[in-house]
Amino acid sequence: MTEFLGTVFILIGLAFFAAGSIGLLRLPDLHSRLHALTKADNLGLGLICAGLALIDGGALNAVKLFLVWVLVLAASAASAHLIAQQALRQGGK
Amino acid sequence: MMAMQLWQLLDLLLAGLTLGLGWAAVSSPDLRRSVVFFIAFGLLLAVVWARLKAPDLALAEAAIGAGLSGALLLSALRDEPDTAMVGDVRVGPIAALISLASLALAAGFAWVTVHTLGSADPVRLADEITAQLPNSGVSNPVTAVLLNFRAYDTLLELAVLLAAVLGILALGPARRPYRAAGPLLDGLLRWLVPLLIVTAGYLLWAGAHAPGGAFQAGAMLAAAAVMLRLGGHTSAGLPRAPIQRILLTAGIAAFVLVGVTTTGLGLGFLQYPEGWSGALILLIEAAATLAIATTLALAYIGGRPTTWGPEKPANTAGEPAERD
Repeated sequence: MTEFLGTVFILIGLAFFAAGSIGLLRLPDLHSRLHALTKADNLGLGLICAGLALIDGGALNAVKLFLVWVLVLAASAASAHLIAQQALRQGGK
Repeated sequence: MMAMQLWQLLDLLLAGLTLGLGWAAVSSPDLRRSVVFFIAFGLLLAVVWARLKAPDLALAEAAIGAGLSGALLLSALRDEPDTAMVGDVRVGPIAALISLASLALAAGFAWVTVHTLGSADPVRLADEITAQLPNSGVSNPVTAVLLNFRAYDTLLELAVLLAAVLGILALGPARRPYRAAGPLLDGLLRWLVPLLIVTAGYLLWAGAHAPGGAFQAGAMLAAAAVMLRLGGHTSAGLPRAPIQRILLTAGIAAFVLVGVTTTGLGLGFLQYPEGWSGALILLIEAAATLAIATTLALAYIGGRPTTWGPEKPANTAGEPAERD
């Protein structure tokens, strides 16, 4: 049962990744692309980590996966901010 | 059976992507693009090592191959205003011939490798290492080879690193520093740098029984230095110059000290006395970690830091705020 639930989580996560990637390719300017990438991919990664933790079942690995997610969240929020700020400074798109 | 095929599909995908990214990295007309492809290539290569069940190499590749080399290349690009390749890159007949010959050679090598690996009774050192592992003082075979069975090789590797960093220091003053970080990056640094230091300590300790060790731990510390430097800390968190010099040579010093002592005790050079292997390996690895981290951090700074000598940095655009 948990394995099935985990697989469902991973599949939904993959869908978010796909949406983020399509956004990166299709959206018109840098800021909306950043938006698509950082929002959709972070949620997708969270879902995949949750799914993997469910399938694995171990508490320690669940904590590790959660940490991975938190670190990526922090890093991607900061780097998206930096890229957007630099783009604003240069006045480009 | 089904799972097997899925793995094969994944491996094929990995192999194809790695080759494609490698090609993209060398053939892209824009250097900036090449560097980004190269970083992606390094990350994928780390996954390939992980698939080949070589987690030590995967860690090293991700940290040094993709992370630090990528950072080095990006900082080199920063000083290179024109990132488009200069000149016409038309391929002449001789170049085409050489490429074809290289390709044929590579294909031949791949064919030979596949057939040798499949042959009946290859001589494998791995069995010998597994047999001797209990005597090595550590339970991770990679660490056992690097710091016990072939410790002399690792000593010379550290010497090569020292020679490389001496070359970098001889190049002249450091690259111009980055401007001070905004509140967000600064906040991230406050979290990330201590975390990286703790992770480095863990990798150093874990090297005895699991993937990890001096090179991975050193790369982790150097990553913290790179982050600090990017955040506007001019010295990248390195201590004052005299201590930097000591740190640079710490790895070789510890190695040679242990080696000379064991020789003095009547054993061979770097032949650890019985029961001492684990402790001596940890001592050498700790010193090597500091040396590797300092070396990589200085490589990223890209020259002699301002605290080393009287010379002023080449061009301090925008006067960075000193914060450390």
